[in-house]
Amino acid sequence: MSSRLTQRFEACAREGRAALVTFVTAGDPDHDTSLALLKALPAAGSDVIEFGVPFTDPMADGPAIQAAGLRALKNGQTLVKTLAMVRAFRETDTTTPVVLMGYYNPVYIYGVERFLVDAKAAGVDGLVVVDLPPEEDNELCLPALAAGLAFIRLATPTTDDKRLPAVLKNTAGFVYYVSIAGITGAGSADAGAVAQAVTRIKAHTPLPVAVGFGVKTPAQAAAIAANADGVVVGSALIDALRGTLDAEEKATPATIPAVTRLVSALAEAVRTARPAAAE
Amino acid sequence: MNAPNSFRTGPDESGHFGMFGGRFVAETLMPLILDLEKAYQDAKADPAYKAEMDAGLKHYVGRPSPLYFAERLTEHLRAGAGEGLGAKIYFKREELNHTGSHKVNNVLGQILLARRMGKPRIIAETGAGQHGVATATLCARYGLKCVVYMGALDVSRQAPNVFRMKMLGAEVVPVQAGAKTLKDAMNEALRDWVTNVHDTFYCIGTVAGPHPYPAMVRDFQSIIGHETRAQMLEQEGRLPDSLIACIGGGSNAMGLFHPFLDDPHVKIWGVEAAGHGIPSGQHAASLTGGRPGVLHGNRTYLLMDDDGQIAEAHSISAGLDYPGIGPEHSWLHDTGRANYISATDEEALAAFQLVSRLEGIIPALEPAHALAKVIDLAPTLPKDHLMVVNLSGRGDKDIPQVADILGTRI
Ligand SMILES: Cc1ncc(COP(=O)(O)O)c(C=O)c1O
Repeated sequence: MSSRLTQRFEACAREGRAALVTFVTAGDPDHDTSLALLKALPAAGSDVIEFGVPFTDPMADGPAIQAAGLRALKNGQTLVKTLAMVRAFRETDTTTPVVLMGYYNPVYIYGVERFLVDAKAAGVDGLVVVDLPPEEDNELCLPALAAGLAFIRLATPTTDDKRLPAVLKNTAGFVYYVSIAGITGAGSADAGAVAQAVTRIKAHTPLPVAVGFGVKTPAQAAAIAANADGVVVGSALIDALRGTLDAEEKATPATIPAVTRLVSALAEAVRTARPAAAE
Repeated sequence: MNAPNSFRTGPDESGHFGMFGGRFVAETLMPLILDLEKAYQDAKADPAYKAEMDAGLKHYVGRPSPLYFAERLTEHLRAGAGEGLGAKIYFKREELNHTGSHKVNNVLGQILLARRMGKPRIIAETGAGQHGVATATLCARYGLKCVVYMGALDVSRQAPNVFRMKMLGAEVVPVQAGAKTLKDAMNEALRDWVTNVHDTFYCIGTVAGPHPYPAMVRDFQSIIGHETRAQMLEQEGRLPDSLIACIGGGSNAMGLFHPFLDDPHVKIWGVEAAGHGIPSGQHAASLTGGRPGVLHGNRTYLLMDDDGQIAEAHSISAGLDYPGIGPEHSWLHDTGRANYISATDEEALAAFQLVSRLEGIIPALEPAHALAKVIDLAPTLPKDHLMVVNLSGRGDKDIPQVADILGTRI
């Protein structure tokens, strides 16, 4: 039995295109809006959903995702509620993969064993935990793989060929290539350099490689999608969301459409990125 | 937990002190901290590096710092104590170092390392500004570019140090995130480091962060304890009976404690900041009021809520206003080798004033927390009990803040 993640990447590959991976923060700007947005993402064209677990101290995130996490926390978002949202999503969608992305402390405090059981039961497919490098695999990575959850690894421009095998060793689902040395939402990567890096990583692993950090516009997404197996967009979606909030940072009727509109444009871009004859 | 044979052998190869420590960083930083670890191992084995350190500590920092018998404070506390009671109090005078605190011991070591590694740009986080000033100072001395991240609240309550850093040619970046204090400054420094991986050296100011920082900073600060040992043997013919130091991240405390960890008769007290009091929830006492979690590259005791969200610390002292503590302290706490207690804002302020008047030494608000507990403990101990308190910094930087607080009270 292959996982939802594997099936989805294979399906996209059969269509001769990269997968669109969208990141939104759980509970941003509030629980109900966030759940409605989660449910609206697949129809808008999202192939894989990264659901951000808010944390007070997101060391690898830029201002947009920092602020999203704080909005969510201010409105009472917790890891318990985030898992409940995934469970609610699974009532109507059993095929779109959902990956939780965040930092280790909330999971550690929830309790690793209990978290893995609850996440799996809720319908979570994978985990991206920014502050758990291979050196700390015993903490969550190995238990997650044993529990049947993909532990998705970040490879970065500082991960050289010597280190890549260690980074790719205990991983599943896909590899997340961080296209810039930097935080989320920062400067954009050069598409040529990214294509080279993707080729380098693919020489070491059969897993699909998705590229994120610094991808903002449909045009940038198309450029990355020409070579990568997936394109991850996060800060740009959060910016679109934030732009619709009222003076008290509350959601408005424009909030969900603003995000889904951008998702649709990105989905269109990844579909036209490669010449039709490619497959 | 079983007591280990030695308390001085940690961390293990992966940077753990028992369950604490580790390397919880983003993959982008992992190759950098592995490089740093290797560079530090090489430097430690190189006599030229040691010679450069020794010369810098002597001629630039002004070491050794004196071990001073605080006679009037001792007499004052004996006057209120019972028959035969009132410990003999010594100050380890780290406030006499160049730049006015112990922070420079560590910064010298790291800056010399950065030079060996060929890194022209130095970043640092700072709370009270003492680590920032020490970093700016050595960057000036060696012609390195210096960027210091400082919480916006700390920028306003430690204005003299902000001006000093700028005078020294450093760029000071006020951090507006979170509680605008030390934790937020450290987040921002880490964000800078992931962005500027090729030319930047992150000079961490305390025994926290990912391995190898906790061990490396401890090694640099251990000169405090090594000197204290030799000085006490010379002045009293024996080792001290107890050591006491304030704890922000824990570097001045670890520097004093570490050389004595395997002398079981030497009692050890670390003093955390109790802010408005532990029951108020507004404090910075991670061991007393927190639990183990993961932040800033290591597992250690942290202040947090039930969802694992980090809490905002509170202390009158910007240098102690941090919701975590170095991992080795967490281990010493759990093994019972050291005792961790706390002092409130009010107690520290009272000690600040008392020691100024009795000894003619204005301490920083940080060591004023340790002095506050000396005031409690010394009268309960016998007269022949030798107690060393780490006077980790001088109070000049705190004058405007203390004047403000006293002014509004009068
Ligand atoms: C004088 C002084 N003492 C103590 C501290 C606390 O740091 P640590 O616990 O690392 O010694 C500071 C921090 O700024 C300081 O300036």
